[in-house]
Amino acid sequence: MPVDIYLNVAVGGILTGLVYGLMALGLSVIFGVVRVVNFAHGEMMTMAMYIAVTLFGAFHLDPLTMMVPIAAVMFAFGYLLQVRLINPFVTRPEYMQFLLLVAVAIIIINSLLIIYGPDARNVQTSYSYDSFQIGPLIVDATKLYAGIAAVVVAALLFGFFRYTRQGTAIRACADNYTGALVVGLDVKHLYALTFGVGAACVGAAGTMLLLIFDVTPSAGPAYTLLAFVIVITGGLGSMVGALIGGVLIGFTEAMAGLLFSPSAKSMFAFAILVLVLLFRPQGIMGKRTA
Amino acid sequence: MIARLIADIPPRGLALFGALLVALIAAPIFAGDYLLTVLIVILYFAYVGQAWNIMMGFVGQLSLGHALYVGLGSYIAAALFVRFGVGPWWGLVVAVPLAAAVGACIGFLAFRFRVAGVYFAILTIAFAEFARVGFDHLQWTGGSGGLFLPVTQYSYNDVWRLRGHPVMFYYILLAATALAFVLCRALLQSRVGYFWRAIREDEEAARSAGIDTFHYKMLAVVISAAMTSFAGVIYAFYYNNLFPEQVFHILRSIEIILGPIVGGVGTLFGPILGAFLLTGLAETLTAALAALGIDLPGAKQVFYGICLLLVVTALPEGVWPWLSRRIGLTERKT
Amino acid sequence: MSHQQKTEGARITRRTRSAGLGAAAVAGVTPFNIVRAQGAALKVGVILPRSGYLAGIGQDCQRGVDIATGVLKDLGMPALQIMNADTESNVETARSRAEKLIGEGAQALVGAFDSGQSSAIAQVAEQKGIPFIINIAAAPPITEQGYKFVFRNFPTAPMILRDAFIDQKEVFAAVGSAPKTAVFMHVNDTFGTAMAGGIGAVMPKFDMPYKIVQEIAYDPAARDLSVEISKAKATGADALLMVSRLNDAILLTRELVKQRWTPMAIFSMGPGWYEDQYLKTLGKLSDGPLSFAPWYDPNKKLSKQLEAALAKLSAAINLNTNHVYTFEALLIAADAYKRAGSADPTALADAIRKTNITDNASIGPGIQFDAKGQNDKIVGGAIQNRGGKLITVAPKAAAIGKAEWPLTPYDKRA
Repeated sequence: MPVDIYLNVAVGGILTGLVYGLMALGLSVIFGVVRVVNFAHGEMMTMAMYIAVTLFGAFHLDPLTMMVPIAAVMFAFGYLLQVRLINPFVTRPEYMQFLLLVAVAIIIINSLLIIYGPDARNVQTSYSYDSFQIGPLIVDATKLYAGIAAVVVAALLFGFFRYTRQGTAIRACADNYTGALVVGLDVKHLYALTFGVGAACVGAAGTMLLLIFDVTPSAGPAYTLLAFVIVITGGLGSMVGALIGGVLIGFTEAMAGLLFSPSAKSMFAFAILVLVLLFRPQGIMGKRTA
Repeated sequence: MIARLIADIPPRGLALFGALLVALIAAPIFAGDYLLTVLIVILYFAYVGQAWNIMMGFVGQLSLGHALYVGLGSYIAAALFVRFGVGPWWGLVVAVPLAAAVGACIGFLAFRFRVAGVYFAILTIAFAEFARVGFDHLQWTGGSGGLFLPVTQYSYNDVWRLRGHPVMFYYILLAATALAFVLCRALLQSRVGYFWRAIREDEEAARSAGIDTFHYKMLAVVISAAMTSFAGVIYAFYYNNLFPEQVFHILRSIEIILGPIVGGVGTLFGPILGAFLLTGLAETLTAALAALGIDLPGAKQVFYGICLLLVVTALPEGVWPWLSRRIGLTERKT
Repeated sequence: MSHQQKTEGARITRRTRSAGLGAAAVAGVTPFNIVRAQGAALKVGVILPRSGYLAGIGQDCQRGVDIATGVLKDLGMPALQIMNADTESNVETARSRAEKLIGEGAQALVGAFDSGQSSAIAQVAEQKGIPFIINIAAAPPITEQGYKFVFRNFPTAPMILRDAFIDQKEVFAAVGSAPKTAVFMHVNDTFGTAMAGGIGAVMPKFDMPYKIVQEIAYDPAARDLSVEISKAKATGADALLMVSRLNDAILLTRELVKQRWTPMAIFSMGPGWYEDQYLKTLGKLSDGPLSFAPWYDPNKKLSKQLEAALAKLSAAINLNTNHVYTFEALLIAADAYKRAGSADPTALADAIRKTNITDNASIGPGIQFDAKGQNDKIVGGAIQNRGGKLITVAPKAAAIGKAEWPLTPYDKRA
């Protein structure tokens, strides 16, 4: 096969991987700080995607410009969800958290089915079919924009956690729960804030992904699984790790599909996951915990 | 031996249990075919939930990929039947050790490398996904086109080949569930059970007390996998068709664990109660929505999700602990 | 894939009185409907995947049910009382729904689109002696079990393949040219694998003018098909031979555009490329692909009636396989009921076996069943997307237009 095929596939895989990474960022934040197994992660993303679809249909607003308001809506949703429903479960066993969020996921998926029907929805922007040609390389425009947006949002998030008071407080909670309490941090509020931030993140990712993929009511679970794989591979609690994990998974899947059989693509992602779990459980960028 | 098994159970509990058993044995006589089908599904989930509970409730290992063992049991027994005419009971002899071996591999990998909690759960998901994609490409068992078992007759019950009326499957599953229940009780009362509970409570402490935690965790995984694969064999011969996409799917794994979690993880009766409650809830919701004339696909699932939400928020330990307190059975918390 | 049209009134909210509620204890035996007036309607249970991952198709099949009542009445057929059920895209649920419907008095069953779910229902139907008419399901084993109560008015995968090749040759002859090489892409699910498996056996018999240079299988749950299209483009083949579903069809077309590859022709042997969602989503980019699938004959009178009825239900929807075949399943039930004169299931099954409806909608001589309960007379058609409409181009008897290729390059379409 000519070299440029490999190049094209690789670039496509990396760009898609960046957006997967952004989606996983939200989970990394939630899981890393609040330690809740958010099995409704993918559903939160599909919610955001459907909101974007509705806004686009009604007002013809480009998803990229709607990213901020949708993220804000998802922030509110995440905050409320954590405060009202999830908070008591933070200290409960994982299987309880799992069941709670599975129930939430079931409700969201089927409500979306009732409201929007089962057909796949998408948005057709003016640049939906554009691609840039640089020599032998053909780069999909939507993937490029989405990839860039993902990096920007990730940088913003990084800045938030590094340089703001709230961000630092949240990191403190994650590192040492008791210590945070002792110091007088309002942990409940901070947890809710984190969940909100994570949800906002996944909402932004959803709006971007809508440019590339369609949304159906049952699209969520596959993304949830993907997010967990990326978070674990990249390293819990590491933002850069989530992006790297996303890129790695995106790249591997693309190349595996090219070199082997496309229908076995997902096996490779899981194989990487298993290897990481066994040999480097803290992930690529994670810190080894005590 | 029986005395030891029933020690500590208040007479009222024994009486209730006995009554339930009698009711279940007599059920087919009174139940219509639809209700029989529902009961078969309930017993299937009660049995598999019980098997899963051994890993989670007794030893604290969250498995989200239990469909793997169901699928292995199903496919091995079905393939042997379709390709070589080997009856299901012989198929069991092959399928169960194989499933147990796979469980052992997963357990070995996980425990040797200290994979625990959510990570362990994700590991189990990964293996189930491997199986799904793997079987999708395995032409010998039909690949993604599916494996169909030849259905010969319904007029008489051929227990040896598991061909016949659903009633036959009902009693087999009932016997299996009852035996699983007794087995779990016996295990819990034994040395193994005490060590398991110690590991569940605090693995570090158990290890420092000299318990070989690796050995006992492996035991739990292997027993759980082996028991689950039996259900897989029954599944294959009852539904008579298998597709990797359906059998190994993560939704199947989730279905398996809903019952025990709702009923009460770690309790003996929890998985059984959970299976009754959830399947009953699903069927009742469907009937209720139909009676109200609401014909909206997805509505039943929304209500189902809401009920799950309410139960899990209100009863954090599961329904059985709460129920047993209410009806005055102080079952010792296992 | 087949579409049955249902007339609107057929989907009735069941007016079961009261006591069905909280019926766990009495489960399954909700009180029968108050007996209808004379000429009791035949109770037909329609089981489709109306939620879950197959929801889109199940709800499309439902449209075939919705238009059935009116059209059947116009044909002078006896009335049907439709009892709807949802398999939730799940084998276990399919089975228990079938049991429940039979328990509530269903005298015939229709369903269920998916081969696995249909197989589960078939077992229940056979065991209870209730006729089960499959609207859509292509896996051969279902009618190989020696069932006496299961009937399938839909071609099996080998039949679909065979007709696809026959129609392709006809189209090549009509257009006067043919591709020399083709890359075969298929989704790795039940239908796709059956078709892929069949190609090796069936294709050589037809001496096709093109060679398959590569076979690419992809995951049905795939979100991103850019790699697959890259591989296909790299083969440099003339034509793209496809077996896919709706969502993949849309994804693949988008990738074709983005990667700037327009094959000479796209031959789809299955669903997706002709569906409304495809046409609506892609607009001008949807023109050109040829689909070889079980289809209705636009020249037949019943087809025109179905088109009219569907247009009344919703103007934006094209009549398609899902609607037509679901309707025909109900037609078979009504016709058998008329001939049998009784709703006794065995009499019905015997009547169905003797079915001979020549005034049907799907292509072919009509609806008849062989000893296995399979309608082996169905002929597949070829349709081409043009301007948001579907033009039947083969076989000759059903054609209302001529096929055209090569495809207009995607980047030249406004």
